Amino acid sequence: MPPPLPSLEQHPFLSGLSPEQVSLVARRSHAVSFPARALLLREGEQANTLYLLRSGRVVLEQNVPGRGPTLLETLKGGDILGLSWLFPPYRWHLDARAVEPVEAFAIDASCLRGPTPEHPVLEPVLAMRLLRHLYDRLERVRLQRLDVYKAGA
Amino acid sequence: MNLHAPLSTFAAGPMTPEPLRVRSIRRETADTWTFSIDVSRRPGGFPFRPGQFNMLYAFGVGEVAISISGDPGRPGELLHTVRTVGPVTHALRGIGRGGTLGVRGPYGQPWPLEEARGQDVVVVAGGLGLAPLRPAILHLLRHRAEYGRVSVLMGARTPEDLPFRRELMRWRTNSRLRVLVSVDKASPGWTEHVGVVPALLRDVEVEPARTVAWMCGPEVMMRFAVRELERLGVPDSRIHLSLERNMKCAVGFCGHCQLVPHFVCKDGPVFPYERLRPFIHLREV
Repeated sequence: MPPPLPSLEQHPFLSGLSPEQVSLVARRSHAVSFPARALLLREGEQANTLYLLRSGRVVLEQNVPGRGPTLLETLKGGDILGLSWLFPPYRWHLDARAVEPVEAFAIDASCLRGPTPEHPVLEPVLAMRLLRHLYDRLERVRLQRLDVYKAGA
Repeated sequence: MNLHAPLSTFAAGPMTPEPLRVRSIRRETADTWTFSIDVSRRPGGFPFRPGQFNMLYAFGVGEVAISISGDPGRPGELLHTVRTVGPVTHALRGIGRGGTLGVRGPYGQPWPLEEARGQDVVVVAGGLGLAPLRPAILHLLRHRAEYGRVSVLMGARTPEDLPFRRELMRWRTNSRLRVLVSVDKASPGWTEHVGVVPALLRDVEVEPARTVAWMCGPEVMMRFAVRELERLGVPDSRIHLSLERNMKCAVGFCGHCQLVPHFVCKDGPVFPYERLRPFIHLREV
C-alpha cells in the first residue's frame, strides 16, 4: 500500500506555520490531481495558482522555436510549482508537465500576492519561504548553466 | 580483493611502463571508451584497490593518469574508461584492439572501504566520475551485507552522455542499491530526473552520524554537492572526494599535481573533505 499523502500542514512549504496561518491558506486551496503527461502550466496562460506538490513528478519545459521542447528541471512531492503569479503580467513563463500521476494542493495565489487583512503575519512568512525556494533554485540553475560536464569545462 | 594489499605493484620501477595488449574496446558515449587490457600473463593479474589509477602511455605521444574502472574482485581483467579530449587520449583510442600501450601503477589512495563498513554509503558521480567509483560500487555489491543503505546518485550532461548506461539501468533494478539518475538537459521522452546531481541528495534519507559520502566528478559539481551534504549535517570527515589534477610522475616527485601540502597523485586522488577544505577554493594551485 502506498504511503498516505501528506496533508496540507505537513507540506514542507507550510510546515511550522501556526494552525491559524495554515487554516487561512487552507481556505484558499483545494486538492487536485493530474494524470501522466498532463500540462499543469502552459506558457503564456494566466498565472494565478501556487501548487504544493504532494506526490508524483513534474518536469518544467521550455519550448525553443526550431528546437522543440527542452526539459529544464524535475520537481516532485514536497516541492512547490509555479511562481509567475508573483509579478505582473501574471502569466506562466514555462510549461510544466506531469511525468507521472501528480497529486497537489492548488492555492489561489491572489491571497499570497498582497497584504492579507485576515492575518497580516502570513505574507512575510510565506514571502521568506518563497525567497528561500527561489534562492535554492537559483543555485541549481547556476550550476546547470556552468555545463560542467562539457569537455574541457 | 585483499584490502590490505600493497598500494602499488609496479615491478620494473615507478617510472617504467609495462607494455600490455589491448584486448577489446567498448564504446560508452560519443567520446568515451572502455579499454580491456590483457593482464593474463601477469601472475595474479592486476590487483588494485577501488579509486586507484594507472598512468597509461601511448608510446611516442605521452602519458595520462586514468582511473581503473574495473571490478577489484576480478584482477584478471584490467579496465580503463577513457574520454578522448587531448592528444594522448586520442592516441590511446587510436591504438585499437590488439595494439600495445604502456601501463604503470596502480597509484594513489583508494576509497576508504574499511571505514565505511556498517555505514550507509552515498555515492555521488558526475559524468565520467563514475569510472573511479565503479570499482567501489562493485565492491559494495559484492560485500553488500557489510554495509548499510547504498545510494548511487549519477549526473550527466544529457542522457546520451551517461557512461555505463546499461549497467546503471541494471543497477536500478537491483533492490540492494538505490540508483538515481539526473541529467542537466533532456528532450521529451526522458522520464528520469532533470537537474543538477546535488539536488538528488534531497531524495536520499541521510542520517549524518551513520552516512559516508564518496564523490567524483567535475570539481564545481562536487563543491555544490558538499554544500548540500553540509546542509544535511554530514561532517566533513565523512565526505571523500576524488580529485583530478595534472599528474605527470604519479609518485610525488614532480609536483605538477601539488595542492599546497598534498600531492594529489600519492596523497590522493581520494581525500577526506576535511583535509581539502582549506585548499579547494584556492585558484592558483
